[in-house]
Formats: sequence, structure tokens, C-alpha cells
Amino acid sequence: MQKITSEMLIEKATELLTNGTVSTVLGWKKGECDYDVSPAEFKSVEEVKNEFIYNDFSAANLSKYLIKRTEKVHGQALVFLNPEKKILVFLKPCDTYSFNQLLTEHRLDRESVYAVGVQCDGMIDIEKVKKIAGDGILSVDCSGEDIIVKTLYNDDMTIAKADVLAERCVNCKSKKHVAYDELLGETGEVIDSNRFDEVEKLEKMTADERFAFWQNELSKCIRCNACRDACPACTCEKCVFDNPKSGVENKSPANSFEEKLFHIIRAYHVAGRCTDCGECSRVCPQNIPLHLLNRKFIKDMNEFYGDYQAGAEVGSRAPLVNYTTSDIEPGEVFDRGDEDA
Amino acid sequence: MRKISLQKIDLMFAEIANNMSLYLPVDQNDGKAAYTKWEEGKKWSNALNTVKSPKDFFFPQTEDMMEFKVEGKNVEVIDTRKVSEDFVVFGVRACDVKAFDILDRVFLVDPRDSYYATKREHGIIVSVACTRPSETCFCSAFGIDPAEPKADVSVWKTEDELFMQSNTEKGEKLLKMIEGLTEEANDEKVKEQKEQISKIMKKLPLADLDTSKFGGGKTDDFFKAPEWDELSETCLGCGTCTFVCPTCQCYDIKDFNTGKGIIRYRCWDSCMYSEFTRMAHGNNRNSQKERFRQRFMHKLVYYPENNDGIFGCVGCGRCVSRCPISMNIVKVMKKLGGKENE
Amino acid sequence: MQMNEYKPLIVAFCCNWCSYAGADLAGNNRLNYPAEVKIIRVPCSCRVNPMFILRAFQRGADGVIICGCHPGDCHYTSGNYYTRRRMAALFSMLDYLGIEKERTRVEWVSAAEGAKFAATMNDFVEKVAALGENKRLEDLRCKR
Repeated sequence: MQKITSEMLIEKATELLTNGTVSTVLGWKKGECDYDVSPAEFKSVEEVKNEFIYNDFSAANLSKYLIKRTEKVHGQALVFLNPEKKILVFLKPCDTYSFNQLLTEHRLDRESVYAVGVQCDGMIDIEKVKKIAGDGILSVDCSGEDIIVKTLYNDDMTIAKADVLAERCVNCKSKKHVAYDELLGETGEVIDSNRFDEVEKLEKMTADERFAFWQNELSKCIRCNACRDACPACTCEKCVFDNPKSGVENKSPANSFEEKLFHIIRAYHVAGRCTDCGECSRVCPQNIPLHLLNRKFIKDMNEFYGDYQAGAEVGSRAPLVNYTTSDIEPGEVFDRGDEDA
Repeated sequence: MRKISLQKIDLMFAEIANNMSLYLPVDQNDGKAAYTKWEEGKKWSNALNTVKSPKDFFFPQTEDMMEFKVEGKNVEVIDTRKVSEDFVVFGVRACDVKAFDILDRVFLVDPRDSYYATKREHGIIVSVACTRPSETCFCSAFGIDPAEPKADVSVWKTEDELFMQSNTEKGEKLLKMIEGLTEEANDEKVKEQKEQISKIMKKLPLADLDTSKFGGGKTDDFFKAPEWDELSETCLGCGTCTFVCPTCQCYDIKDFNTGKGIIRYRCWDSCMYSEFTRMAHGNNRNSQKERFRQRFMHKLVYYPENNDGIFGCVGCGRCVSRCPISMNIVKVMKKLGGKENE
Repeated sequence: MQMNEYKPLIVAFCCNWCSYAGADLAGNNRLNYPAEVKIIRVPCSCRVNPMFILRAFQRGADGVIICGCHPGDCHYTSGNYYTRRRMAALFSMLDYLGIEKERTRVEWVSAAEGAKFAATMNDFVEKVAALGENKRLEDLRCKR
């Protein structure tokens, strides 16, 4: 399989900017070092040529940025009234699921977007690199098969990429691009991943153990809202937790109840809409495994109502806005799993 | 200067913990360090720093201020402040120590914040020199020397020993408490370590960060800079940078209705939030660009303007490593500082 | 303190068209159920949003029960089908977080089932009482 390089994306962006297909590019921008890549908007060929980068740290899911940029006001796209001047967005496979989900929810204007699917070989978690190579990372070369890390304190180190893949990439659910206008590199298949293993492990614990586990994890929460703000499914214009009139608005978790309230409600609000892109866990500064909440809902709903993957296709009806007359009773959901543990 | 063998360090912690609460960085199960109350079995972390800063000890994320009990037409105001006892915060890095000074300049000036002040009076801070600063560190840009940490007691950790130097009366008292475990030492090894650290500091990638363009009175230079658009365009508006920052000091005061009364509390607030400083007329910063600009202008221009030129950043690097989109004060300074001031 | 002195606080969200009338019928028929059951009338069981349930726990409830029309009998055709899915997902999540599963329940009680209403409440109160006070989803500020 061919390795996708920055140059290929830069070339594509340049082409589309030059021939007038798009007026803006959503991509990733170089930082101070190799790993601090930021999502960014590029308006000129010059900017793209100087600053664009696509590497194993281009982790940010760009779908969310399309919402504000293609917002509709009374049926008309706010920014991109001219269909000739689209916005170019580069989407990794998991980002395309979010893209579709946003289309399903009418949160973006498809006509304003030119989507280029990018082959993804998995993103690297810099924290895992630091655990192996130590602090003081000077450079991370991820152009080859293995990554080469230079640090202040240790000798140069070659690390297999598999050892430092982000959690969500280790358990990648799909290499398939479900939406794109054009493709760079190859698209893959839906993968039979082990992403529910951790959830199962928790389900098998006793209620006391689970309570202790989550109490410990959620007590780390500093309520920075990064999970919510990075989440492509969290698109409310005014979040209930930001609204002083909601009665539950709070800027910091005052106690363990509020920690739970926030995370239960957030996970519930995206239940059936969460594509499991893993942004919440990636951005959490306290390393709370938030994806385990979302995956619990996904797993449950798969088991109760049949397999469903949010964002796999545009216009599908999520389990919680659907029903059959013979659904499982709420009292029966407990009779699975932990009862025999 | 006193020293103790690292083998006896748990005895020292036990001795301190016998007399007062002792907090120090301990590795958590996710591999990250966090300040934890010491008890038998807890090990002092080797990590360079904690994810959350130690400002929590003096300026907690949530803090009850008072309580109101309503009965008929009577409103009773209850003071919920607890009598503070002495406590020790051990293993604070030089940057975080400097951050306390920055907070002091906000909370201890008139009107003095009694909630903060009491905790500050009762807290004894033991700092530790950094032998292995990270690529995200830029404390030297703000005149901080990680080899010379200030605070009540300064500590240098070598391969097998811990050297201690008290700088204040409080520190003196603490060292007295553990005198039986420590012995007199000369500062040769410490000097050696300081030299090593200063060599490393020069090699850090962010060592050359230039602060000279910023400071009090520069509002007009930067407020309307076109660069803010680009810098803030993908900011998510989360509060990660604010809440991991050791110097961010903004808070909100809120009332919680318990059904039987009111608890008035304060909690950290972030200028990145849409509800920040919301007033009767609405919000004064309506776009993320304005909110983003506020955060950096506060640290680089407004704060120094009111505080003898001292910047509101200590270069601890927490925001650099934790920001979900990798946007941070270093990038802001490089982008804005690179421009010739018109 | 003796165990039998503890009386759990129960919040019951009852659909206006069925179980609320069922509660009335229970009263008319002089059927006993504990006074600690506090009924909140809702226009349909699907009006109950997860936040209501968590808020009830926050404000001191030890158990929360939702009563709606039997599947197929919804006054609005399909409301209770949605309730069924929503609460299945929510209760499973609460269980996943280690919150005692006996504290939450959904029951279908029609306007004619006064006896079922009383029996359901008696049973629920008994189960919750056996668990004791709600500690895992409590907000201590509300207990001061």
C-alpha cells in the first residue's frame, strides 16, 4: 500500500484552489515540532505550500469545522452562496462517518463542500511515544515504516508504529471512506475490530467494581468541555450545561454527582449518533476513557435493536428515534452479562 | 544546607505526615502524575510535572464561600470557611512556584481574598529543581531558573540524595521537624547539578522564545493585529488551557439552590467560554476570536501592565502539551512577535 | 437505628392517560401503597427525559419509577415505544456505571389497573428500601 504524503495533499489542494473548484481548504498545519499539528483553514496556495502537513499526528477530525462554515440561514448556506466556491476538506475514514452523520442531521450543506477522502494508516498518540522514548522529544520522523524518535536525554530510538498507535486506531472500526468526492490513496474495508472488549470487561465486573472504576475515572474530570467541544456529534448551538436557564448549568464539577451528570447526559445525548470517532478520549487532558461510555451505548443498541453504525449512510434512522412493537423491556436489559458474573 | 538519602525519603514523608497533611505528585494508573495526599505506600513521582497545576491547593476549582438558610422571613448567613491547618505541598517545580507569586498579586492585594490568603498562610511549599526539563518547557523566557526554585524550601534531587535549603521561616520550621533524619551537607553536588541544568536549558527547542515585544502598554500594538483571525480560527473554545494553567485566576461566583437554602460557591471560569463575564447587557466578547485574544492579551499585555511588567505566564508547558488542537501561547508569541510593530 | 425506620423516597413519573388515573383508582379502592411515593404527572411517559431522572436522584430520591401505558395503548400512538428504548439504554448505562439497577424501573400500568399500581409501588418501595439510601447518585449539598 502506498504511503500518503503531505505533498500529495498539497498538490491536490493547490490544484483545486487554482482551478477555482474551492476557495478554502480545511486541513492540518505544521507546528513548532513534529507532533503538534493543528487543524487549520487555508485560503491561498501560498499558505498551503508553506504550512500544510499531513502526517501521523493529523488526528483532528475536521468534520466538525464544517458546521459553522456551511451554516444555513433560512435555507441558504451562510458563507458559500456561490456553488463554484466550495470548501475543500480532507477526511480520514473515521471522519467521513462524522461527515455523513452531520449530513443526516442537516448540520452541513453538502453542496458547499468538496470532500477528499484520505487513506489513513492510523494516528500516533504522542503520550505513548513519550512513555517509551522518555521526555524531551526533539523530533519524530514518521515517514517510514517505523518511527524514529530523537530526544534530549536518550539515544535515537526506532519504535514500531503499532506500539504507539492511538487507542482508537488500535481498535479501528473501519478503513472505508463512506463519503467523498475524490479519493487520495486507497479506501479499505469495515474492520471486525475488538473495540467492545474493554466494555465487556467492565460489564463482567460487579456493580461495586464498576462504580469504583468510574468514580475514579470521572473524578479526574476538570470540566474543560474539550470532549464536548471536539465531538462532531455535539452540535447544539447552546449546550444545556452552558445555559444558565437550564438549571444544570455548571462551569466546574462541584462534586461527584455533577461529574456523573455531565458525562451521562453527554454520552446519552450522542447515543445512536456517535460514530465512535474517538475524539473525546483523544482530547481529554485527564486521559479519561470517555469512549467507553459511548461504546457501551453502541454495543447495547447493537444488541437490543440490531447492528447500527451511525454515519455509515446518510439518512439512516438512529435506534433511539425509532422503535418496533416488540422491543426489549427496560427491566430485561439487566438479565444479560453481569448477572452471572 | 541539609541532605537525606533517597532511601530514607519515605521516613521523611512519614515524619512530615505525622505533623500535617503532605501532598506530593504521585503517578496515577494512567501513568500521569497528580498531587495526592501522602500515606504509607505512596511514591513520589519521577514525572517532570503534574497535569493539573498545584494552584488547586490555594485556589480550588470549586470552593464554598457561604450558605444561606431561609426560614419564613429570616435569612441566616452561615460562614462555611473551615479553620485551616498547616499543610505541605512537596515537589513543586520552579515554574509553578513562580505561578503562586502571580496569583498572590491578584488575590493578596486590596481587597484581599481571605479564602485564598488563609490557605496561603498555612501552606508550606517545597520546590524541586528540574533535572530533565521537557521540550514543552519555556520557563527561562520568563526569567525562571529551574535549577534555582524558590519557595519555602528548595530541594535538589540527585541520584541517591536529596539536598534541602530553607528560604523562609516556614521552611526553617519544616526542616527542623525532620532534622533527626537529615544531615548537614555542602552544596558541591547541588552546584554541579545546577551547571548541568543550565546546559540542558540552552538545548531546549523553545529556549529562544522572545518576550521583549510584549508587556504593559502594548495593547494598541496587538489588539487589532490581523493574526488573531488565523490563530483562533480552529480554537474549539474548550477550557483545557485555562484549567491546566497554573496562573489562570478567573473565577465565577454562583448560587446553588439546595431546596432548603442556597450555597454560594466560586469555581474556575475560562475566558474561552461563551458565558464568561456575562452581564445584564449580554456578553462583551461574542466571538471565539475575541475570547481567544483575551486570554493571551491578559497574560502578555494586561497582566504585566498592572504588575510591574511581570508576565502572566510561567512557561510550564501544560497548555502546549494538552491543547486538543495544539494551539498555544508559544505559537501566539511567535506569530505576533515576528511582526514589526507598525 | 432500626432498619425498618428507613423510608426511601420514591419519585414516580406517571402518564396522565393511564397510570396517573391508575393511582387515582388505587386511592378510590382504598388500596395501600407507601406515602413516600411522590407522583409527578407527565403528559406521556416519553416526556421523561434522562435529566429528570438524574435530577430526581440529585434532589434526594432513592428510587425512580416511570409508569406509562401498555405498549400499543399510547394516547399519542407511539410515545411509550420511545420511552421503552430510551430507558432501556439509560438504565443499562446507569448499571454500567455501577448504580444499583433496582433503583430504576419502568412499568406499564393502565387506568383500570389500580391494584397493579399499588402492588407495583409496594414492591418497588420494598426493593429500594432493601438497598438503603441512594449513595451513588447523591448530591451531598442537597442533604445538608
